[in-house]
Amino acid sequence: MDPIPSPPTTQQPQRARSMLAQLAHAAGILFILTLLTGVAYPLAITGIVRVTFPSASRGSLVVEGNKAIASRLIGQSFEDPKYFWGRLSATTPAPYNAQNSAGSNLGPTNPDLRKNAEARIAALRASDPDNHAAVPVDLVTASASGLDPHISPAAAEYQIARVARMRGLSPERVRELVRAHTEGRGFGVLGEARVNVVLLNLALDGMK
Amino acid sequence: MSLHGLVQIALFFGAVFATTKPLGAYMARVFAREATFAGRVLGPLERLVYRAARIDHRAEMTWKTYALAALTFNLVGIVALYTLQRMQGILPGNPQAMGAVPPDLAWNTAISFVTNTDWQAYSGEATMSYFVQAAGLTVQNFVSAATGIAAAIALIRSFSRRNSQSIGNFWFDLVRATLFVLLPLACVVALVLASQGVVQTWDPYVTIPLVESTKDASGNTVAHQILALGPAASQIAIKHLGTNGGGFFNANSAHPFENPTPLSNFVEMWAIFAIPSALCFAFGKMVGDARQGWAVLAAMTVLFVPMIALCTLSEQAGNPALRNLPVDDVQSLLSAGGNMEGKEVRFGISASALFATVTTAASCGAVNAMHDSLTPLGGLVPMGLMQLGEVVFGGVGSGLYGILVFAIIAVFVGGLMVGRTPEYLGKKIESFEMKMASLVILIPASVVLVGTAVAVVTAAGQKGIANPGAHGFSEVLYAFSSAANNNGSAFAGLSVNSVFYNIATGLAMLIGRFGVMVPVLAIAGSLAKKKLVPPSLGTLPTHTLLFVTMLVGVIVLVGALTFIPALALGPIVEQIASSKS
Repeated sequence: MDPIPSPPTTQQPQRARSMLAQLAHAAGILFILTLLTGVAYPLAITGIVRVTFPSASRGSLVVEGNKAIASRLIGQSFEDPKYFWGRLSATTPAPYNAQNSAGSNLGPTNPDLRKNAEARIAALRASDPDNHAAVPVDLVTASASGLDPHISPAAAEYQIARVARMRGLSPERVRELVRAHTEGRGFGVLGEARVNVVLLNLALDGMK
Repeated sequence: MSLHGLVQIALFFGAVFATTKPLGAYMARVFAREATFAGRVLGPLERLVYRAARIDHRAEMTWKTYALAALTFNLVGIVALYTLQRMQGILPGNPQAMGAVPPDLAWNTAISFVTNTDWQAYSGEATMSYFVQAAGLTVQNFVSAATGIAAAIALIRSFSRRNSQSIGNFWFDLVRATLFVLLPLACVVALVLASQGVVQTWDPYVTIPLVESTKDASGNTVAHQILALGPAASQIAIKHLGTNGGGFFNANSAHPFENPTPLSNFVEMWAIFAIPSALCFAFGKMVGDARQGWAVLAAMTVLFVPMIALCTLSEQAGNPALRNLPVDDVQSLLSAGGNMEGKEVRFGISASALFATVTTAASCGAVNAMHDSLTPLGGLVPMGLMQLGEVVFGGVGSGLYGILVFAIIAVFVGGLMVGRTPEYLGKKIESFEMKMASLVILIPASVVLVGTAVAVVTAAGQKGIANPGAHGFSEVLYAFSSAANNNGSAFAGLSVNSVFYNIATGLAMLIGRFGVMVPVLAIAGSLAKKKLVPPSLGTLPTHTLLFVTMLVGVIVLVGALTFIPALALGPIVEQIASSKS
């Protein structure tokens, strides 16, 4: 027990105000903070990045002539053996629908996950019957966004012989092009090395 | 675990801890009304806000007035956000001509963003106009985070005050958290993200020709791709800094326009932990003993480490279901290997597992991989972290006040062991504090378990389940764990945009947020009234290894006792089934 009596409080608390007064304060604060964080802030950021990162802030588009022909960041569906194929895409109604990004959300024990992998393996083998290598896992699984533009260097290596044959190019030539479209880990440690399938296929089409 | 994976985790914690002290010290000054550089720059703006809203920011509030102000502000926020969504079709900033959001979905989304949950039963790029995302959702990203910070600051203040009837002024704490803490950080993070390719534009969606045309589900040829754009960078920055987690796009931080590079991924992860960890330091500073803050931060880190290890190892081990197919899932120099379903190649296994652990340790809920497709044990990690009550770093503010409640329980348990009245930071912990602390633990836990039980026995709840077997149960358990603990991530196969789930998860989010925050403010009110007891020989010091161990033990024990039976029916049984196949 403390024998010394408590000193009188020095702070005069505000009496509980009426609900109405609180409502007026709440609405006022929300309105002003909306102007600041919901209007001024996004507009200011837009204004700055328009100048500093004009391409990156508007979709990282690949422009040919005056027209956008692709985005560096958004994958596309490839099924023709002359192209490198990318990840499976679970977007609807069509794969790589960039208006409705989505993963498959198939659980690890869902039989459909295995069926999709089997179908992909069959398609890859049908287009390249002499290739008996095991298929890199990123080629038989759906990406999280359904828009992944990348595959692993292993998945590109797996497809080099097929693409070279279909295009009448030497595998070395194709491998060189793959290397040119491969990015390493960020600062050597962040994330993973990857090959941009869209840019690689555009470059293949552009080869004479 | 691979070497680069370990280095990545080390770098991540290096970045988080490097900013803990400066940011924490800055926040302590901001809320103690001390002079700061930002105060000189933003002071006039702050005074303008008070003047326009006719607020006396120096008026002290009792805990009841403080709580009433917070509840009123959040209620107004829900009404405003609901109205914006319902009027979307006639508002500007809508180049894709999105119509009004349906009532049950708008109700769910309004609650979701106001409670800092950011559970999303909608697809951003297919549902929300640019204007509603910016002026509605972005705003709540700021102010819901600021509400959490305010409540945490009020609790901290109550430890340093004595014989006081009041715990501060809610409007002051709210406005300062928004203008002095969140807004400057968001500006910097938004610009870094935009430099990496996160979009920030008001232009309509762009159409490009496909290199190779494809077919849709009904066999029609698709020759073009429409790229969804929008003012994303400004929203993504605060989505992470405020541990909100609501994606601009449906795929959240897996979308290449929302998280384009390993560097943007690193910055987004840092932004999730930056303020929760800095608040620990601010806490130590404001109660006059920095060691107290470090002790809390140490407990959080100790809880985090085994979780990241389990998640990474489990994801790297791959999916046994693909084992006897000709598939190569071995990690090598050329491939991340492992379980790549629902993951992006640029993140691979390490950066996806780290993100999944960070986003659920904190109550962020942003995802860069689809959690529904994680391996059974990999998916147990995010679910378990949410069920621990979002106190492993936790939400901005809510993580700190959550773990301080556990600290109160830990000193109480310690007091029981030696038969003395427990005290924490010189304040006697008595029956009122313990009653409120029990509510803080029991309310979200019972919402999770009752909500899951109701959903799995009703037809409306079962209808949403996507995956068969134990995994389907996990989807429902995950949904209510996420909603009631205000995380917002999902096992997203579950179809939650139904009247049942919109109402059920909406209620879970409301109860989980305010059923915790109000008892916490009641504890603050009670502690502020007490005098300081000088430490004696019988006082349990709360900055030592012993106390950190006790705190970790209490958190794990409470979580395990509450949730292991439920987890046994979901991820654990799935793991056993999956390793047998």
